[in-house]
Amino acid sequence: MANKFESTENLAAGYGQGKDGTKLIERRRPNRNSGAVARKTVTFGDGSAVTGNRNISLLTAVGLFVLWAVAEQLNLTDPTFFPGPVKTAEEFWLVLTTDSFDRTYLHQHVLASLQRILLGFGFGVLFGVPVGLAMGLSNAARAVFDPIIELFRPVPPLAFIPLLIIWFGIGEASKVIMLFFAAFFIMVIAARSGVLGVKLSKVHAAYSLGASKTQILRNVILPNALPEIFVGMRVALGVCWGTLVAAELIGADQGLGAMIWQARTFFRNGIVVFGIIVIGLIGVLLDQLMRKAEERFIPWRGRG
Amino acid sequence: MSTLNVDKLGMTYELPNNQSVEALKDVSFDLESGRILTLLGPSGCGKTTMLNIIAGFLSPTAGTVSVAGSRVTGPGQERGMVFQQGALFEWLNVEQNVSFGPRMNGADPTETAAKTADLLNTVGLSGFGQKAIYELSGGMQQRVALARCLANDPELILMDEPLGALDALTREKMQGLILELWDRTGKTIILVTHSVEEALFLGDRLFVMAPRPGRIEREYDLPFARLGLTEDPRGLKNSPEFVEKREEILSLIWDMEEEIMGRDGEAA
Repeated sequence: MANKFESTENLAAGYGQGKDGTKLIERRRPNRNSGAVARKTVTFGDGSAVTGNRNISLLTAVGLFVLWAVAEQLNLTDPTFFPGPVKTAEEFWLVLTTDSFDRTYLHQHVLASLQRILLGFGFGVLFGVPVGLAMGLSNAARAVFDPIIELFRPVPPLAFIPLLIIWFGIGEASKVIMLFFAAFFIMVIAARSGVLGVKLSKVHAAYSLGASKTQILRNVILPNALPEIFVGMRVALGVCWGTLVAAELIGADQGLGAMIWQARTFFRNGIVVFGIIVIGLIGVLLDQLMRKAEERFIPWRGRG
Repeated sequence: MSTLNVDKLGMTYELPNNQSVEALKDVSFDLESGRILTLLGPSGCGKTTMLNIIAGFLSPTAGTVSVAGSRVTGPGQERGMVFQQGALFEWLNVEQNVSFGPRMNGADPTETAAKTADLLNTVGLSGFGQKAIYELSGGMQQRVALARCLANDPELILMDEPLGALDALTREKMQGLILELWDRTGKTIILVTHSVEEALFLGDRLFVMAPRPGRIEREYDLPFARLGLTEDPRGLKNSPEFVEKREEILSLIWDMEEEIMGRDGEAA
């Protein structure tokens, strides 16, 4: 009897595919016949048909690099203002293997930056998520936090720096707190909209199944808000990373931002250039890590 | 014995422009244990409002609802819900969805596991326990929803357009499954639907509701649900008795729609 039901549903599923005319055509024209390939005739305006081209992308990257290298070899640019790849690589190797530039190795700069961002971002998530959840769940919390959030959310985190320096000095605390602000507001908004996005029928279903408020928070609302919270975390991490470099320009000895700032003062533009590259690569890496975590922890994302 | 008593139920919504809408007015009925009641009517007739009041999600502005003698004041597990698609917990697998109720109530895990396996078998999903919800077709998802609701062994099952999002073929199969579950478990069921055919086929009692104010316009006692357990559903739906009732109800609802359109036309 189960089989009887299944077969009909498979049939029905086949019907469903028919809604998208193109897909149906692709299915019905297998490649083995006469080598014909199903092809969409409308691609301009169909986002799914625009896939780019890996080879062209590679060519662009290689081309830019060659241009950069050739310019250096032919002395087309002044190396003090615009160092080429060889000069940049030399500086990179120097800072990687010695501390002769500013008594700090590259990995120490990287670790200093990562430590700040993890602290600021971590505390931002730790406090932002509960506040956001509360704002989505309780009238009182919504009333209390709404004006605070709405007023301070649009302020760029760097604007807090003067006050933070007066209150906490130019040490680690003021930088971490600024990153905390950057992450906190983003996480509040993300968690709040995660709660507000919960489908009412799911909450109703849980109540009808005998769940208590605490059980519903833990078993329905939190998992439901998780995809939005993760999106918030990715955005927050990106914003924190971007803000961090600016924060390190002010009175930091270590950190990638401090490194390129000091390099500028000594006209060591090779260090500035590879610093920018390292900052960019770490930014990409952090984003990739968040994506991996997303796939690992919320496989149901977007499939509710 | 009657499971459900609805007494002089009224629901008035205040609108921002100082007007009010009577979604339900003075609705009273008793539903005997083991019956399956279908609610049908044009939009705005209050059928979903009534279901939500019985479920305890809404508090009525007048009248009372009692289930098995005790008054309804909020949601409770003696009243199970089956919603249209999308009310399953997609972060849990099929088995965890079905066992949700017993787990929240602290039931014995071994018993719960046995019950879950049994229910999955009943709805034709044995072997699908470890699947993720989004891996299932719409029809299979609704089977999970039925099993999840049955896991708590409710007195009364409320279904809010449970088959509304399914394609025609799957829908017919699922109607058969609902009748089979009704017969096997002996549960009392209320089902809201937009489809006249579905209301006739599944209801051994049927209310046609009317809007402004929301009320029960006509009531039927029908043989088709019982017959559907043994007879071929297609044949039954094409039988003269069925067709006659279908046309009667269709023209009744048609007239209501005309009247609503007419009234709106005058207002505009």
